[in-house]
Amino acid sequence: MTGTPTATALALADDALILSHRLGEWAGHAPELEEDVALSNIALDLLGQARILYSLVGDEDELAYLREERAFRNLQLVEQPNGDFAHSIARQLYFSTYQRLLYERLASGDGPFAGLAAKAVKEVDYHQDHAEQWTLRLGDGTTESHERMQRACTALWRFTGEMFEPIEGGQGSGGEDGHDEGYGEGLDGVNRQELAERWLSSVTAVLRRATLTVPDGPRSGAWTAGAGRQGLHTESFGRMLAEMQHLHRSHPGASW
Amino acid sequence: MTAVTTGTAVEATVETTAEAYEAAFDAAVAADERIEPRDWMPEAYRASLVRQMAQHAHSEIIGMQPEANWITRAPSLRRKAILMAKVQDEAGHGLYLYSAAETLGTSRTELLDKLHAGRQKYSSIFNYPTLTWADVGAIGWLVDGAAITNQVPLCRCSYGPYARAMVRICKEESFHQRQGYESLLALSRGTPAQHEMAQDAVNRWWWPSLMMFGPPDDESAHSAQSMTWKIKRHSNDELRQRFVDICVPQAETLGLTLPDPDLKWNEERGQHDFGAIDWDEFREVLKGNGPCNEQRISQRRRAHEEGAWVREAATAYAAKHSGKGASGDSGTGGARSARLVEKEATA
Repeated sequence: MTGTPTATALALADDALILSHRLGEWAGHAPELEEDVALSNIALDLLGQARILYSLVGDEDELAYLREERAFRNLQLVEQPNGDFAHSIARQLYFSTYQRLLYERLASGDGPFAGLAAKAVKEVDYHQDHAEQWTLRLGDGTTESHERMQRACTALWRFTGEMFEPIEGGQGSGGEDGHDEGYGEGLDGVNRQELAERWLSSVTAVLRRATLTVPDGPRSGAWTAGAGRQGLHTESFGRMLAEMQHLHRSHPGASW
Repeated sequence: MTAVTTGTAVEATVETTAEAYEAAFDAAVAADERIEPRDWMPEAYRASLVRQMAQHAHSEIIGMQPEANWITRAPSLRRKAILMAKVQDEAGHGLYLYSAAETLGTSRTELLDKLHAGRQKYSSIFNYPTLTWADVGAIGWLVDGAAITNQVPLCRCSYGPYARAMVRICKEESFHQRQGYESLLALSRGTPAQHEMAQDAVNRWWWPSLMMFGPPDDESAHSAQSMTWKIKRHSNDELRQRFVDICVPQAETLGLTLPDPDLKWNEERGQHDFGAIDWDEFREVLKGNGPCNEQRISQRRRAHEEGAWVREAATAYAAKHSGKGASGDSGTGGARSARLVEKEATA
């Protein structure tokens, strides 16, 4: 496909699809009706983003339902099970902060993702706001909520480095020597080091306001941050895909 | 006004006033005027509305479960988006209806507690399981269709807040119903396996949908009073008949059959005759012995109990930060200031 940064589009689409799916699991289980509305709202936004990104690459259903685990390029962060509400919020905080910074950059450029980023950035801004609000309430709420939020932030910390790893398969993603500053095909205007710094300062500010300790564990390297961008996922992901794809795969060629 | 000095006179005045209020209320209802939250209303009218609106709100939120059961397995991204949007709408409908009920002097917390304790009901239909993807389409077509038939007259209900909530809800419900129908049509015209799946779903959902209109008129405890008060506009049997007459031609277009050998057009009545409903089954489901009663209420309770610490956190946070520019549940001031901190940090 000429002019379409396929590998990057796929990676960003997979992030959105998989997180949307996880949020969809909350439907009817949220702590408040308002949260049922909010979480499904966010899930829908993400699903919409995924569909637009997939359309740049090929058929959305083929891409979502007929690829196997090793072919998915999403971050390991977004495939992490929902856990308790604090885990879901920590995952949202880490991911939506990243997504807002990235899409803001893309929207202000003239690259292949500028158009969709301009639309998505408004949604993502809301997602981040929602995650921050809850991080503050849980972190600075009761002793129990503080402890749960701290555990969640710490547990997911090791998955945050991957957001700033090069996206494999596109021009500009650089060689294997690690010296390349490139991020991913079509993300040429984005400096991933700068993105990583801004992400860290944003998340740090929110966690401190929420009276939480910024985790100090490793964020990248073998067995810490994942390799989702290369199709290496965590164990729960395969089971999630099995559920997601089962019906579609049971009726080959059918339309719905 | 003359000062009232004797006990008898006071009683007489109070009585006269109550009678006057009651007469004014009756006149307003008769003139199709809306009763509003601050208006005087008979206690039984208030209680009846609370019961009905609570049951309606509970049905919206319990009704999320059978459909949410398929969100993670929806067979295409388009269908998944539609289903997520629908379940989200249902939570929103629950919120409207709890708010409307709160205008009568109750609270959402109190109503939810009663639901969780089994002291208030929700629609019997949601005690049936969604066993295949086609059930999602059948629910859209039949269950939402029955709900709309029931609810459109409620847009003219005598109680203003309920009527206005129903106007908003009915618009979204009609949209869901069309989507359900369209989804079922895609299955019916799809592969033989998909067609069979659609037919099987209609077979399982048809009778429970007819039960949604409630017991037959001669057994309906609240009907007469509700109709006098113009909370209800049509009897259960009238609405059920209307629904059957709407569904028969739709089923033909769908290429699906309705599972009732006695269903046939009655030229004389200008309506369809249809078979007997299994009222024993209906009563069993209402008593809590339907296929999913236990599961539905347990899930609802579990969500509430497991969410308690989250709600407590929000309350504690709001208490700590009240007056400091951050609000308890909907303010965005906190996040905005966090952004400022971030901007300063990166400047």
